[in-house]
Formats: sequence, C-alpha cells, structure tokens
Amino acid sequence: MIQVSHLHKRYPGGHDALRDVSFELADGQMAFLTGHSGAGKSTLLKLITLIERPSRGQLIVNGKNLGKYRRRRIPFLRRQIGIVFQDHKLLYDRTIFDNVALPLIVSGHRHQEIARRVRAALDKVGLLAREKMYPIELSGGEQQRVGIARAVVNRPPLLLADEPTGNLDAELSDEIMDLFHSFNQHGVTVLVATHDLRHIRRLNMPIIELKNGSLVRTTVAEA
Amino acid sequence: MTTYFLRHLQVLFQSLGRLARTPFASLMTIAVISITLALPSGLHVLLENARAVTSGWEGGAQISLFLKRDTSDQVARALAEQLQRSSRVAKVDYISRTAALEEFKRLSGFGQTLNALERNPLPPVLVVYPMVGGPTPVDLESLVAEFNRVGDVEIAQLDMQWVKRLRAILNLAQRGVVLLGVLLGIAVLLIMANTIRLAILNRRDEIEVIKLIGGTDGFIRRPFLYEGVLQGLVGAAGAWIVVHTTLVLMADPIRRLASLYASGYELRGLGLLASLGLLAAGGLLGWTGSWLAVGRHLRAIEPR
Repeated sequence: MIQVSHLHKRYPGGHDALRDVSFELADGQMAFLTGHSGAGKSTLLKLITLIERPSRGQLIVNGKNLGKYRRRRIPFLRRQIGIVFQDHKLLYDRTIFDNVALPLIVSGHRHQEIARRVRAALDKVGLLAREKMYPIELSGGEQQRVGIARAVVNRPPLLLADEPTGNLDAELSDEIMDLFHSFNQHGVTVLVATHDLRHIRRLNMPIIELKNGSLVRTTVAEA
Repeated sequence: MTTYFLRHLQVLFQSLGRLARTPFASLMTIAVISITLALPSGLHVLLENARAVTSGWEGGAQISLFLKRDTSDQVARALAEQLQRSSRVAKVDYISRTAALEEFKRLSGFGQTLNALERNPLPPVLVVYPMVGGPTPVDLESLVAEFNRVGDVEIAQLDMQWVKRLRAILNLAQRGVVLLGVLLGIAVLLIMANTIRLAILNRRDEIEVIKLIGGTDGFIRRPFLYEGVLQGLVGAAGAWIVVHTTLVLMADPIRRLASLYASGYELRGLGLLASLGLLAAGGLLGWTGSWLAVGRHLRAIEPR
C-alpha cells in the first residue's frame, strides 16, 4: 500500500525532516509510526497525503507514484486515504451528521447513500445517537471518534492517524486504538503515528521508528 | 445529470442560507451594489425620457425660404401654391415684405427707428412646413437643397439647428452614462471581490478540511460563486427598485411641468429588456467578482 525508498524531505531553509527513509507497508497491514516529537512522523504523513512534496527518493501510495503527481489530481488521491488528526479538524458550525457526511458530499454520492453510510460509520464508533448534535457538545474522546467516522465513511483502503490519542486519557486512548485495530481487521491498511509506547506493547503491532528524520528501527519490510 | 443538478440546487440553498445567517453584512453589500447600479440605470432612464420627449419636436421643423427682394407678391403667391402641391410639403405660409416689417417692428422694439428707413429692407418669406410622419420619410436636407435651386429663392434655411444640437448633447450624455456605467461596474466587481475575499478568509478552516478530505477546487469554488451571483442579482433588483421609486416620486412634478407645456407626457421606466439587462449585469458582475477573489485566494489556503 505504501512503498517508501530513499525518501528525503528538506524544508526551505535547509532543515532535513526526513533522511533516506525506506520501508514498505503491505496491503491490509497495520503499523505504528513512532519516535520522539520532531523525528519526522508528521512530515512522513504529510508526504503520503501530498500536503508536502518529497525532495528526493520515491514514494508510492496505493500504486501511485507521488513524486510527480499532478496538483489537479490530488483531491482524488486524498479520497482514497482516511486521515485522523490529533485536533480532530471538525467543522464546529455543522452537526455530527454533516461533519461525517462531508467526504461523501465532496465525492458526489447520492443523498440516500450518504445517509445510509454516515449512520453506518457513526454506529461503528458508537455515536449514532449523537448525529444531530454539534461537535462542541461532545467530549474530546467523542469528537475524536467523529473524526474517525469521517475518515472511514468513504471506505478508503488506507487510514492514517496523526497522534489520534494525544489529548485523551489512557482508557479513551485504548478505545480509539481498538477502533483502528477493528478497521484493520476488516481489511483497511492502517498507519498510526504515536509516541505512546504503551499502545505498541499492548497491540503488538509492527513499528516504524524515526529519529531525527532517519529510520532507526522497523519491523515491517525494509524496501 | 440529475445528481449534478441536485448538487447545484443544494449549493444554491446553502449559499442562500449562509447569506440569511449574516443578514446585516449581506444587506450592506447588497445595498452598496444597488446604489452603485442605480446611478447609471437612473441616468439611462432619464436620457431615454429626454430622447422620447425631443423626438416629437422633429415635427416642428420648418424651412424658411427667403425670396429675392424684388420678387412681386403675385410671383411669391404662385410659388407658394406650387410648393403646396408637393406631396412632401404639408403647409406653406406666405409672409409679404410689409407683413414681415410689421412683425419685425412689433417684436423687435425698434418700431420708431425702423420708420426712419427709406425703404423696407426685408425680403418676402415663404415658411414651408415639411410633411413629417407621412408614409415616406422626408429627407429635410435634400428638400432644402432643392429649394435653394429655385430661381426666386435667395436662400432656404432649415430651422432645426437647435434640435440637432440638443441631439448631439444627448448623444454625448449617452456616452458619458455608458462610461460611468463601466466605471461603476468595475466598482461593483471590486466590492464583490472584496466581500468574497472576506468570506473565504472567514471559512479558512472549512476550506482546509475540505481540501484534506479530497474536495476539488471546483467544489470549494462553487458556493462562493453562488454567493457572488446571488448578491449581484439581489443588488440589481435593488437598483431597479431604487430607480422606479425615484420615478414614482418624480411623476407628479413631471406631470405638472408637462401640463404647463400642454403635453401629456408620462415618465417611462426601465423597459422589460433594460430590466433584464440590469439583472444580468448584476449577476455577471457578482459572478466575475467572486471568481476573481476565489481564483486568487483559494490556492493560498492549503492544509499544513
């Protein structure tokens, strides 16, 4: 699903965020992307979602080479990737239902289809009863679950999460991670960036560990 | 196809809802557009009315034939009769030298002084009223040229110079209104662009999220374009109302003025075509303005 080889990212100003990173995440696999803050976890996720462009090296996501991906095609690539953010990035002037429906509206689904899929996604994260509420009325953990429902409502083959449990206590974090795990068991490739080693030990998943932009340890295949 | 249409309808209602949720800001923009568009539209109406009033004055055209001074009464009358028979002439008045002098004494106030003259300096005059509004339009210029070739005529003169000058002034004013319209149109464009720019900045987060979940530029642009068109259209409708309210307020004094000139002239408003044109201009300016703003600012908002 994700093939990374000799990937470099240098930001304007000369900071090397990633240096010669290579690994491969197979279809249907789940892995943790770890390392201290500033190690390059977020940069890697930004490259995979084409928020940033690689400086050197090759990056292939879902069979597409992102090196020379045309700007106009970017939205269609992102529809294949569900993204979960640490700060949820929900729209606070819309109901839970409308927030989760957004990816489907954007890709032009029919009305009935949208309602059916949104309810299915909300049901999966246990928030079906809250569909008419606004994000501000929900707790932090619930808001994150809305974010996850929005990420999976389009049934993307790849799910990325950037510190999804950063602001949550241990019990809520476990719930969130279990959710990712269950999506993975349904065939979705999952890559979760976290610095919380507890989850890694608990779920016993492969890891990709970065340090100062370099790959120091990985238990997925090295490309 | 229906899905596409439905989606546009959805965006339309979303945009309407968004405008309704910030009624004060929307009304301000719409009012500014109304007033800006009302100015050239109102001047256009004024000009059209001036044109309509003066078009009736062409009928008042008359050609004065100054005959040679030594032309006798009989010859002059014979010429008058001959001219009268032409299909292009409605009426001929004969003013003899004596009559002309009498009239001049009466109107000029030089009465006593003129008595001192040894002989009457004035020529006999035939006043010809051309047939205007008949089945075939009369070319006044060629008629005058023809009269000038008649042996007894010293000079034929068309008393329409001032109507021509008025026409020229109206044409000039028309050009001015068009230029003013263009300038104010640009102003509407800039107002719209700025309004939409603020709307875009206000919804920065939303745009960012939509880009992250795979919204195309077209999808993001659409609601802003709708907002622009809607505000432009409503602004144009407002301009129409402003113009017609002004006309209603002016109708009474105009009627009184017209009655003083023994005319039953009624003010005309914007016709159907001009009204539709006004609406179209408003919509188009709104669309273009927001398109400019969206094109410029959308690229600047990228997820980080």
